[in-house]
Amino acid sequence: MSWTKKVLRINLTAGTCSPEPLNMEWVEQFLGQRGLATKYLTEEVPPTTDALSPENTMYMITGPLTGTMASTAGRYSVVTKSPLTGAVACSNSGGFFGNEMKCAGWDMVILEGKSPSPVYISINDDKAEILPADEIWGKSVWEADEWLHTKHQDPQLRVAAIGVSGEKGVLYSAIMNDLHRAAGRSGVGTVMGSKNVKAVVIRGSKGVDVQDPKAFFDATNAGKKILAENPVTGEGLPALGTQVLMNVINEMGAMPTNNWKDSVFEGASKISGEAMLEPRDSDGKANLTRNGACFACTIACQRVSTIDPEHFSVQNRDDLHPSYHANSGGLEYEAAWALGSDTGVDDIDALTYAQFVCNEQGLDPISLGSTIAAAMEMYEEGFITKEDTDGIELNFGNAEAMIKCTELVALGEGFGAELGQGSSRFCAKHGHPELSMTVRGQEFPAYDPRGIQGMGLGFATSNRGACHLRGYTVASEVLGIPIKTDPLETEGKAGLQIAFQNATAAFDSAGICIFTSFAWSLEDVAPQLNAACEGEWTPERLGEIGERIWNLERLYNDAAGQGASADKLPPRLTEEAVKTGPAAGKVNGLATMLPEYYAERGWSPEGDVTADTKARLGL
Amino acid sequence: MQMSLVIDANKCTACLQCEMACSYEGEGVFNPTKSRIKIFPFHEEGIFVPYTCTQCDEAWCMHACPVEAIVLNKTTGAKEIVNDLCVGCKVCTIACPFGTVNYNADSGKVIKCDLCGGDPECAKACPTDAITYQDANWTGYDKMKDYAAKAMPAK
Repeated sequence: MSWTKKVLRINLTAGTCSPEPLNMEWVEQFLGQRGLATKYLTEEVPPTTDALSPENTMYMITGPLTGTMASTAGRYSVVTKSPLTGAVACSNSGGFFGNEMKCAGWDMVILEGKSPSPVYISINDDKAEILPADEIWGKSVWEADEWLHTKHQDPQLRVAAIGVSGEKGVLYSAIMNDLHRAAGRSGVGTVMGSKNVKAVVIRGSKGVDVQDPKAFFDATNAGKKILAENPVTGEGLPALGTQVLMNVINEMGAMPTNNWKDSVFEGASKISGEAMLEPRDSDGKANLTRNGACFACTIACQRVSTIDPEHFSVQNRDDLHPSYHANSGGLEYEAAWALGSDTGVDDIDALTYAQFVCNEQGLDPISLGSTIAAAMEMYEEGFITKEDTDGIELNFGNAEAMIKCTELVALGEGFGAELGQGSSRFCAKHGHPELSMTVRGQEFPAYDPRGIQGMGLGFATSNRGACHLRGYTVASEVLGIPIKTDPLETEGKAGLQIAFQNATAAFDSAGICIFTSFAWSLEDVAPQLNAACEGEWTPERLGEIGERIWNLERLYNDAAGQGASADKLPPRLTEEAVKTGPAAGKVNGLATMLPEYYAERGWSPEGDVTADTKARLGL
Repeated sequence: MQMSLVIDANKCTACLQCEMACSYEGEGVFNPTKSRIKIFPFHEEGIFVPYTCTQCDEAWCMHACPVEAIVLNKTTGAKEIVNDLCVGCKVCTIACPFGTVNYNADSGKVIKCDLCGGDPECAKACPTDAITYQDANWTGYDKMKDYAAKAMPAK
């Protein structure tokens, strides 16, 4: 139970929709969602495949808990080969799309091949169709969402769609579901666009059952209680959202600023979660209207926000979608950092506007903001000029410039098309690859690893390129979860990263949100899985599944040319010391941590997965 | 003491825990489409509103039913569907001014909130107290108290 044991395989080239059984042998090894879809990818898509060719395949997949009453159990993942990194891509999203897929009776929807013309996929319980999307090709996610709801005359339809950026080949395009939720990173939206698929819409009426209802309610209620009583999931995230971190990380001197030249941002408090609560002069309202939740989530970190009606981004702008003048999905920490402190912009309304654009057109704000920041440094250093930037004065701190770039990338036009290739390609093209703050071609998230050492190792070894959601040792190094470690020390960080990476892979495969891991360990997840599913799921087994997933991803990346040779950080982080703040004088000690990491992973000193490790994990 | 569901939309986050609790209690499956309580998101207004049957005293649905398949539970005040009597004619769904009685095509009967026999699962599942089960005579108590606090003379 809990798995529907059914997969919907859609071949866009042939125009067919075929049900097939879920491979339950692989479920035993990989649980679901991230792990299971990665197994499908490694079996079906050769690692050297061109990510934007019809030979790449995209997997939209739920976990065993998705669609149940377990807290946060609405998650789904999109797994494919990334066009941004060339490595495995796995982007996780909340909202209400994953549970609807499960409710319709499918664990996974596979999109393979390429449609000869723009289409969308309609799934209504057992019935699946490939339908023409000519009328919404070229429209934004929000416009497509409205059109699809009207066309199907169904207000309860759940929609996942790409924006114009995904159609135009911007390499970090997201798949947006339920208007504001994103499978955001590594260009999964770009892959969907390359297949000529605008949207997947689902309506399910079958429901989800669990194995042992009594045990399930006991286990999930216990889990909810732990979340409610935890200071991060019970107080910080509902009150301030992910933006609870802005002031915290800045105060410890790990807030990357101006393309990582600095690590303390003067304007941090002006763009923080606390600032979102302050009433503004124009209409007396705060940026934040209220918090909202994804399906089944008892944390509710989502922001519902408005832009100041007198802000230049929206004033007298009749051309904008009405949501820009009303409430919409508000500012998240990673967007506030990348579009804000990394570009030197401390204007909270400009950032909220840019966040809305990212939602409307399906963009990863981390890669977007970081690429703009890199371009700003290139501009200030004279490596590019106004002739390259469509006339934009691309200085740090220029909110208008940040907004203009965001709008151009969203539509994949002019200078925006170039920025849409990501900072790695952009900086290389203009002769300064060292200014790209990326690993495996993917932009860093908002934690300077010179001030939080373990995160440097995490970024360098992350299988999907630089990422905070693969091994969030910030929890330990900053928040003391589960134990406090010194953020400025490298000792013990290899083992810490590995523990976080393995556990995260298991969380990501279960159908729940990684934010639960602030409060839950695998000891808390296991009873929920045990009650929901057949089979026996102990914390130890889940940990081993996590390790197996990590190694499987690594093996795929090795064969794709994104293995050990890509385990490195830009010279700025390992050679240029932090100038000011609590981390002043520090560089990241990757060279110390990496050999320890390889050894503790059971890999060779060169970073290759050994035959012994493969055999131990059954790979 | 008769009790009543009290809804405070300002506390709702639209997590749908109530819809799942309701569908599980009623149908034995997690399935928001089979819930008697619904959450309505108003995105541009930025508010989420839970809505369900208010158990009218002079219930339109009960009066409209031609086979007396909707009966009063005298303990809880709920108007309950008697499945053995319901013929699925849907007249009650037309009579209800609020839309809170709905037809279930799978069973051929109508479904509506029955207060779970006096222990409503939606209220228990709500993580933010947007849905509570209170003394039917004092559903305004908390609101009165909030305003009383505002009117409290300064020390």
